[in-house]
Amino acid sequence: MAGFLLRRTANCILLITVATSLAYLLAATALDPRSNYEGRNPRPPAAVVEAQLSRLNLNDRAPLSERYLTWAGGVLRGDFGRTWNGDRVGADLARRAGVTLRLVLLGVVLGSVAGVLAGAAAAVGQYGWFDRLSTACAFLVLAIPTVVLAHMLVIGAVWLNDLLGVQVFLVSGEATPGLADGVGAGLLDRAKHLVLPTISLALGQIAVYSRYQRNMMLDVLDADFVRTAMAKGLRRRTALVRHALRTSLIPAVTYFAFTFGSLLVGATITESVFGWHGMGEKLIASIRSNDVNTVAAISCFAALAVMLASLASDVLHAVLDPRVRVG
Amino acid sequence: MTGVTGERPLAGRAPAPGRPGAGGPVLEVSDLSVRFGEVHAVRGVGYSLAAGEVLGVVGESGAGKSVAALAVMGLLPRRARVTGSARLHGAELIGAPEKRLAALRGSGISMVFQDPLSAMTPVYRVGDQIAEAVRVHGEVTRRAAAERAVELLDLVGIPDPRRRARAFPHEFSGGMRQRAMIAMAVANDPDVIICDEPTTALDVTVQAQVMEVLRKAQRETGAAVLLITHDLGVVAGFADRVLVMYAGREVELGTVHEVYARPRMPYTAGLLASVPRLDAGAELPLVPIGGRPPSPAELPPGCPFEPRCALSIPECRAAEPAPLEVFPGHRAACLRAREPGRAPRPEARGAAVPLAGDGPPRPATPVVLEVQGLVKHYALTRGALLRRRVGTVRAVDGVDLDIREGETLGLVGESGCGKTTTLMQILELTRVQAGRVSVMGRDTATLTSRERLALRGRVQVVFQDPLASLDPRMTVHDIVAEPLVTHRRGDAAPRVRRLLRMVGLDAADAARHPRHFSGGQRQRVAIARALALEPRLVVLDEPVSALDVSVQAGVINLLEDLRDRLGLSYLLVAHDLAVVRHIADRVAVMHLGRIAEIGRAGRVYGAPAHPYTQALLAAVPIPDPARERRRRRVLLEGDVPSPADPPSGCRFRTRCPKFKALADALRARCLTEEPEVRPLEDDHGAACHYAEKPGVVQSTAPTTARNLEEP
Repeated sequence: MAGFLLRRTANCILLITVATSLAYLLAATALDPRSNYEGRNPRPPAAVVEAQLSRLNLNDRAPLSERYLTWAGGVLRGDFGRTWNGDRVGADLARRAGVTLRLVLLGVVLGSVAGVLAGAAAAVGQYGWFDRLSTACAFLVLAIPTVVLAHMLVIGAVWLNDLLGVQVFLVSGEATPGLADGVGAGLLDRAKHLVLPTISLALGQIAVYSRYQRNMMLDVLDADFVRTAMAKGLRRRTALVRHALRTSLIPAVTYFAFTFGSLLVGATITESVFGWHGMGEKLIASIRSNDVNTVAAISCFAALAVMLASLASDVLHAVLDPRVRVG
Repeated sequence: MTGVTGERPLAGRAPAPGRPGAGGPVLEVSDLSVRFGEVHAVRGVGYSLAAGEVLGVVGESGAGKSVAALAVMGLLPRRARVTGSARLHGAELIGAPEKRLAALRGSGISMVFQDPLSAMTPVYRVGDQIAEAVRVHGEVTRRAAAERAVELLDLVGIPDPRRRARAFPHEFSGGMRQRAMIAMAVANDPDVIICDEPTTALDVTVQAQVMEVLRKAQRETGAAVLLITHDLGVVAGFADRVLVMYAGREVELGTVHEVYARPRMPYTAGLLASVPRLDAGAELPLVPIGGRPPSPAELPPGCPFEPRCALSIPECRAAEPAPLEVFPGHRAACLRAREPGRAPRPEARGAAVPLAGDGPPRPATPVVLEVQGLVKHYALTRGALLRRRVGTVRAVDGVDLDIREGETLGLVGESGCGKTTTLMQILELTRVQAGRVSVMGRDTATLTSRERLALRGRVQVVFQDPLASLDPRMTVHDIVAEPLVTHRRGDAAPRVRRLLRMVGLDAADAARHPRHFSGGQRQRVAIARALALEPRLVVLDEPVSALDVSVQAGVINLLEDLRDRLGLSYLLVAHDLAVVRHIADRVAVMHLGRIAEIGRAGRVYGAPAHPYTQALLAAVPIPDPARERRRRRVLLEGDVPSPADPPSGCRFRTRCPKFKALADALRARCLTEEPEVRPLEDDHGAACHYAEKPGVVQSTAPTTARNLEEP
């Protein structure tokens, strides 16, 4: 196992390096920070712009290879450079990573658990009412774009709040600014903010996982080993949970890890609809503002997240399925 | 039910002392029927099992054997409609609530399934799966259950059970998995053990081991056993009574001795006459049962066997006969069962049959296939990005054989011994890794691609599974004509019609697709395709192992008939030694990539010189209760060593009974020197250093009528 992890880690580092470098090169060629200065009013003198761009390693008149080496040297020291107007990239991103993590973690856990349970239940009662209902709901959710779904949630929540006359759901931001009523009230406030975006993220996950898990479960439902478990004296329900579900979880669980990794940067729409200032939102903003170093840093973060997720998925697979451990 | 006891000692327990219902029937099944929608899979089956009794259930696939057993266990899918009655110690099982059934499953009545790989959950340790069975039925601590699992593994003969209990199912060999399944089945000391084809997926040597374990498990628990199998030999050796099923019904029931000696139902007689037997050679033609089993969805109004029955009378078509008592304890569902003196079974396909010595000497015809020192090694690699070689699988490691025109060579051995690899190497018609293959006198290493194509027409192949080897989207005509078209042999249509007639099909069948045919007919189509180019050598890879016995006999007869009429040569690969005995003139026994023994079939079967051959032959059950029970068995211990790491010297020594009996001084040679095939007498050779030395095994090789019975 140790050797396996070591080899996988080496592989990961190589891939992250390649992915991040390509992202930097692409961003440095395609984005134009000079236009940010030139579009200012009053327009700063050319020499000042030139000096500022060079200082930030953003000068498009310097050779690309030179800029790349400067940037790469910085990254190796843990310095991701500065934004076009001189702020440090790293500090802002670290804060945003925290925001995204708080948002995505609960959504993914809730989505995967509920999705697996729904899928398994649908498979056990194949063609029953629950199977048909969950299938219909899953396709409905999959057919609605995330933006629409998120806004529908917002509208529904506002309507409910009005109806009850209490602010049950808070639809914008991570916490109410300036709230200072102790830890308990702070947590409640955060929870009220968290409910809707979590549901928005989880719904999509549930829809995907329930379909996926339903098929996996159907494959093992009639498996001989489930029959053996029942022949031993296990009740049908116990046999299904302990033997069928446990076995059919293997492919699903490895998939969870991947989704988690990609959602860390990919929850853009949910973040912007609910006003959470996370990674996804920042990625779009930085591309718009020609912020080469931020784009590269976020790409690095994304690559790292996906690689860690894939590593986690391999480890999980090995833990769950003894057959892959040997050989 | 008897409670679970982790502490209770296993050995020395009297069979079922003072249990409720001891003496009376333990399990009583009556009028059991199972329907899947419109399909009536089981139609009124009834039997009773006394404590400690073994009832064999035989019949062809689709006869409803397994479905009936699963219905008793309550393990059928929910859409199955089960009616009738099954009582365990008087308590009704059919329709019982899930909770009560679950409490009885495993403790009162347990089951051993056919395929032990898929029957065990792949992600749990073997010991934990057995311990789970123990814990379901009693207040047992985790530790005690684990301890009991180790005890049970020891009981079923798993070496080093404490370590093995921590292994996963995929780390076990097939035989070990089946032992573990048996351990699981006896974990709660059940009163009835249902075994559903427990040895079908296993090699004969392993089958013999597993049957021995079953016997032991039955002795230890005193349980009644319901043994479902299609193998009449297994039933002959183990069962007290036998139930023959056909089209979802009981057609005959009686003691094993009665039914095998005096079958009263033509179907039973037909089954017995159609099995190739180890104790009879090719002299006795097999008698196949014509036709095919009826589809359970559309049964004829009368006796379902009537369309295939040679003894049918008009009354048979009127109504289905009920089982009639012919003798006390012997029932048969046949209108003519009581007719005196009617013996449809070709009597005494056994003792009275003269075994024609060693058969005729080899014909002095040209050699069609010659293989010398054939080697095929596979590299074992590790790693995804950087593949590196970590070992070598010596699949075939120096094989010599030859086939003359008109001759049949049977290649036998356990799975993994390299039979199929040898065959594929020959069929490739290219340069081999080492050694030489020459076909029709041409060295395959020197062939140009044009010559190779021409030679392919002269060497054809028939595969094991006719469903997989025929393209389902092509009509039979297209399938049979394909080789003719490929080799540009002119107008195919008349030739296809002739070929179909030759293999016993109707020329009108040419327009149909493979799915419209039964297994036996599909295999006939495959044979017709193989014969299309008028080959001289036909390679047969397990040609009948996927077929039911009654159909198998017809295909074997066809193969023999075609060989004699067309002067074909066969290279026949099979694991069924009785089938090979029936068809082959010469036999080569393979073990771990090498030939262990080769020679005329009569000699190899009659006086096997290699201890491996002796053990193989001793392991094959004979469908004759009297003889089967008199035989002395030589059980090989353990499993086949890995071909990636064969033992030093003689590859068989780790399992060799002769090696065990040898003096240390003599053993040294087996340890260091790899034996080559040495000629013993005219056309018979064995790769054993001490082949001439009559050892412990020699005297007990019970293979022919002459030495089958103990003196």
